[in-house]
Amino acid sequence: MNAMVPMTPAAAMSDALFALTLALLLLAPLAIAGVALINAGLGRSRSAAQALLGNLALGAIAVIVFALVGASFAGTPGTSEAALHVAGKIWGVLGLGPFLMHGLGSAAPQAQLALLFEFMAVAMAAMIPWGSGADRWRLSAGCAAAAVLAGIVFPLAAHWIWGGGWLAQLGANFGLGAGFLDSGGAATVHALGGLAALALVWIAGPRRGKFPREGLSTAMPGHNAVYVLFGCLLALVGWLAWNTAGAVIWLHAPLAALPGAAINTSLSAAAALLATFAVTRFRFGKPDASLCANGWLAGLVTSTACAALATPAEAIFAGAVAGFFTPLLVEVLELAISIDDPSGAIAVHGASGLWGLVAAGFFAPQAGQLTAQLVGIAALLGIVLPLVYLLFALLNRLVEFRVDPDGERIGMDLHELGGGAYPEFVIHRDESYR
Amino acid sequence: MKYAGLLVMPAGFLLTLAALLLFPDPTRRLAFVMCGLAVEAMGLAVAVRGHMPARGASRP
Repeated sequence: MNAMVPMTPAAAMSDALFALTLALLLLAPLAIAGVALINAGLGRSRSAAQALLGNLALGAIAVIVFALVGASFAGTPGTSEAALHVAGKIWGVLGLGPFLMHGLGSAAPQAQLALLFEFMAVAMAAMIPWGSGADRWRLSAGCAAAAVLAGIVFPLAAHWIWGGGWLAQLGANFGLGAGFLDSGGAATVHALGGLAALALVWIAGPRRGKFPREGLSTAMPGHNAVYVLFGCLLALVGWLAWNTAGAVIWLHAPLAALPGAAINTSLSAAAALLATFAVTRFRFGKPDASLCANGWLAGLVTSTACAALATPAEAIFAGAVAGFFTPLLVEVLELAISIDDPSGAIAVHGASGLWGLVAAGFFAPQAGQLTAQLVGIAALLGIVLPLVYLLFALLNRLVEFRVDPDGERIGMDLHELGGGAYPEFVIHRDESYR
Repeated sequence: MKYAGLLVMPAGFLLTLAALLLFPDPTRRLAFVMCGLAVEAMGLAVAVRGHMPARGASRP
């Protein structure tokens, strides 16, 4: 199997390819469902209903805000944009399309598919930080943060990368490969979501009792490993659809290239799982279920950047690296720098997304592609992270992120919803409050 | 200190942009982009250090 040559000129899409891509996009929400289930399972039982309702609510807010304003700022290649003219080059910064998706019905089929893809992407990006704020992030604050991400941050990144903005034009303007490549949303969805998760946990702080005055941090394991592991299987189906649809929409891949993208997605996840399995077996004596789930997801996230560009051997390598480092990074984040991230989103989505983008730079055939990918990563770290932090810090003054101590003690389900996810079960008292 | 770190990160990004404009040679450009990323990494490290809670801060 040969590596696919990306960014071939967009030809008119055949009806068959349109129908196939649409069908794939209708399966892509299974990735969102899988991540939602994983987030719920990795949280505590007394916050499980709030966690899943939050995933639904954040996704709902994100798609509505994106439809109202975000899609306009994201734009599509060839439409009007706000641009800077520096050194004789045009630097597209922000799309200036019509609001409320005006003219959607008369848009080209490929543009309609791109918009549908962005709807899935914005929902996923908004949900990723939710898992990191489990057991302490208020639902109303989560919805407000989702609106900010969907209305400002995601459209900005989406325009730069998918909407013909300055990152997409790095190839044409500076001869850097085919410009910044991100066919599955490793940057716009996963790295953005992971960096937003980091900003969130910095602002909201750790769960009460997580980091005691003395000794190691308190272990607060997820309440349902079955949800977590089934979520991984569900996510695989969604990711296969997501990556293959992304290859068609953003790289203009031919039909013959799609099986390779799907195979690489599976290989990356499989290699990552086995690597995490081996690392946790070596470190703890037994494989750790939740970390293995994190490893599997890290492999899938890595594949979003490079599944359509890599050979199978390269996909295995990229997945194995993600799977090897993810459990170690989860451990470092918690034990060395006191970051309380129940879902592991910072390592799984943030770090693995960034690694996938670097790997895509290594695997792509064009000269200068690695530089283009690194410039994109620099934009994510240097602009997107500080911007998200600033917006979240301002939002925290308007809608307080963190629940009050009493709410945290009794659980988010009772405090925010008035009832638990498992009303017939006895919920055990938290040992850390003794 | 946490805000200082977050301010250093855009400075690193500006270095990567400068690399695009100043260096037509691919090797020098890549090296300068890496320098920009290194500056961002230092800013991130400072921000992480600034956000680390004091031991016991989360105890009820």
